Amino acid sequence: MNAQASANDFILQVEHLSMKFGGLVAIGDLSFQARRGEITALIGPNGAGKTTVFNCITGFYKPSEGMLTLNRRDGTTYLLERLPNHEIPARAKVARTFQNIRLFSGMTLLENLLVAQHNKLMKASGYTFLGLFGFPSYRQASAESIDLARHWLEKADLIDRADDPAGDLPYGAQRRLEIARAMCTGPELLCLDEPAAGLNPKESAALNDLLMDIKNNTGTSILLIEHDMSVVMQISDHVVVLEYGRKISDGNPQSVRTDPRVIAAYLGVDDEEVETVLTEVGDEDVIEQLDTGPDSAHGPGNSASMMAGPVSDSVEHADEGERVTVSKGASKAAQVDARAASVASKPRSAAKPAAKSSTAKAAPKKPAAKASATKAGSASKGKETAAKPTAGKPGGRK
Amino acid sequence: MAVTVSSERDTVATPIQRAFREAFYAGAISLGLFVLFIGLRTDQNISNELILVQRWVLLAIVVIAVTLGRFVYVAYALPAMARSKAEKATAPAIVAEPGFLKRNFNRIGLVVLLLYPIAMVLLFGFQGSLKWVDNFGIQILIYVMLAWGLNIVIGLAGLLDLGYVAFYAVGAYAYALLGTHFGLSFWILLPAAGCMAAFWGVMLGFPVLRLRGDYLAIVTLAFGEIIRLVLINWREVTNGSAGISGIPKVSFFGLMSFNVSDPNYIAKVLHIAQSGAYYKIFLYYLALALCLLTAFVTIRLRRLPVGRAWEALREDEIACRSLGINTTTTKLTAFATGAMFGGFAGSFFAARQGFVSPESFVFLESAIILAIVVLGGMGSLGGIAVAALVMIGGTEILRELDFLKAVFGPDFTPELYRMLLFGMAMVIVMLWKPRGFVGSREPTAFLKERRAVSASFTKEGHG
Ligand SMILES: Nc1ncnc2c1ncn2[C@@H]1O[C@H](COP(=O)(O)OP(=O)(O)OP(=O)(O)O)[C@@H](O)[C@H]1O
Ligand SMILES: [Mg+2]
Repeated sequence: MNAQASANDFILQVEHLSMKFGGLVAIGDLSFQARRGEITALIGPNGAGKTTVFNCITGFYKPSEGMLTLNRRDGTTYLLERLPNHEIPARAKVARTFQNIRLFSGMTLLENLLVAQHNKLMKASGYTFLGLFGFPSYRQASAESIDLARHWLEKADLIDRADDPAGDLPYGAQRRLEIARAMCTGPELLCLDEPAAGLNPKESAALNDLLMDIKNNTGTSILLIEHDMSVVMQISDHVVVLEYGRKISDGNPQSVRTDPRVIAAYLGVDDEEVETVLTEVGDEDVIEQLDTGPDSAHGPGNSASMMAGPVSDSVEHADEGERVTVSKGASKAAQVDARAASVASKPRSAAKPAAKSSTAKAAPKKPAAKASATKAGSASKGKETAAKPTAGKPGGRK
Repeated sequence: MAVTVSSERDTVATPIQRAFREAFYAGAISLGLFVLFIGLRTDQNISNELILVQRWVLLAIVVIAVTLGRFVYVAYALPAMARSKAEKATAPAIVAEPGFLKRNFNRIGLVVLLLYPIAMVLLFGFQGSLKWVDNFGIQILIYVMLAWGLNIVIGLAGLLDLGYVAFYAVGAYAYALLGTHFGLSFWILLPAAGCMAAFWGVMLGFPVLRLRGDYLAIVTLAFGEIIRLVLINWREVTNGSAGISGIPKVSFFGLMSFNVSDPNYIAKVLHIAQSGAYYKIFLYYLALALCLLTAFVTIRLRRLPVGRAWEALREDEIACRSLGINTTTTKLTAFATGAMFGGFAGSFFAARQGFVSPESFVFLESAIILAIVVLGGMGSLGGIAVAALVMIGGTEILRELDFLKAVFGPDFTPELYRMLLFGMAMVIVMLWKPRGFVGSREPTAFLKERRAVSASFTKEGHG
């Protein structure tokens, strides 16, 4: 495969992305790719840096290091880290939603969707001057924009409330409206930050349908942050898992779900408990992996764990200030790596068949995945508080 | 006054009992408060000694007034309000059909405004109408124009600008200087002054618009003061605090003049009696036309993408950026458009006065314009016009209240209480309607029906 073709396959390429807030490394050397026309999910426990990745992609933060390449369908390529904030949606065609919904609550639903078409309408109105005198070309564009808005209101099942203020909508409808608004910018990449948060199962299913519809009918690629595993597992084609700003796993939903590092990261259990929890989760493939005979101390780890790096030597003294990462024992994924390195005999070559077999068993295993997802919320919260003091210490030492 | 009374006692006591009790408390508190404020006054006697003047009668009057007021409020006003509220709650099905007045507010207002000078002339004659057309009509219309201009910046874009009077000053001085030095006509100078003010709006906007909320307010406040100080100190150009006089009058589109000495003086052309009222009436209609232009442009802009972007900016700036809206240029256009209308108002002001000085552009003016916008309801043209009428007309009418001299004695000058009444009116309106006279917002587009958006959803913006 030549480089040109493969580059065009990916709508977004994130390479060695790092984001530091003072001493805190929110994202450390993250690389992944999102394929065109696919739904790529970005998951990880609370505070893993998922929203920060979005903020870097959409220009709200300037990354400390790294390159974000966006390839548009027509072949043009944009380096997102160099574009000003507002040009990323306008020129690179990346739209986003927010974790805490940001609608124009005092404007009606229709107006919200019209604001999203600002740049197009601005041009049509001759940067206001022609529009001020009611030129027909503007009226035409205005009617078209209302049609587009109506189209997305129908898709989001909000057409009945088109003339109500956005702030008056129930929560689930606000989430859908935010997606509809983002779609009105005509994006090629749609970044959704926890779209299913706070939705009931019915709304969540409706959301899945909406996202599948967008994927299948508009050609818009989706980058999705989500804690609700039922959504992630059902609709995503590719999953990237973050923990403490590092990638710990990357692959299709099944392989990620059975990845011991991911399970450990999500459950956030103590050292000794990792194994018991894995047993509880009931994934024989994983247990099998862990149980198989001993191997040389430094077995070939997989790429994800190389990315994750040794977390044990967490506090480094970098030149430009203290670099604080998590302390020893905070990253569950790293623990699993360590364990696997010491116990695993045929380390990751087994992962592939394991993934395959789990594909077949995907349906019956769902309850387990759900259980782990629900557990993840509370467990990782506890972990966060446990990790925070350790992260704070070096600052105090200054 | 003490309103926090425990609820159990409320349910037991009848309103009258409670009223007696609360009236007693209110009286006691006001006595305690006012005994030193009102009861005693420090003064100087003839030999410049400090003496205490005792005013027990006045104190008694105030305390009794407070007590009675509290009594009436608790015993009668509160139950009446509760009753009307309950009635409204029980009969929610009948949606109040807006009355004839409310539905045709704009049309009626326009007709009244058009007929106003004629009515005044018929009522008071040419000479007598001067005061009503000039002090009330033109004055109020200038403030309406200013407030509508500021409304674009604050009400639509949500940028708190405390230095708006600077653009008013730029417009006025642009007109005054260009008019006196080059003798250009009003019709050229009006757009020139507007452009000049818009230019300064952009100049101020560039460095300042990165700031938000309170910080933006403080910097714009400073900008207003800087402009005024420059006007005072740049004597060679602006003639300092003495101001510029002899600003040419507006001509009737160059056809007729309002200068008695000119050969084409209006009275000579039309063969009618000489009077200063023609000019005032002409200015009145001119101000009205400028106001209508402002309103027309504002209404049009709101329905265009820029106007929607302004309002979206007020609602959520971050969301705007995520939709590809260039927030900097959007804020700049709001600033420039608002400043331009300020400039129009300023040049009209200069033409009307025939004299400008830095005195006219103090911070208080900014504050009054801002108060009008806030009282009227941010974003609503009708509400703002009513607020300007009430505020400016109300303070002007104080000059007419000579009968109060009979009540309070001959040295009572009601004008001096202007600011006090202004403040009280603001407090009352803000208690009664926290979002101004018209709190709701008209949507700019609709699919099925246009329904006003309640004030509880709209935001004020954070700069
Ligand atoms: N502007 C900022 N300044 C300082 N620290 C920040 C900033 N933004 C994020 N962080 C830190 O970066 C880390 C990652 O935060 P982020 O919001 O990206 O997590 P997340 O994965 O989205 O979590 P959640 O699932 O709770 O939304 C957190 O420790 C957070 O405190
Ligand atoms: Mg987040």
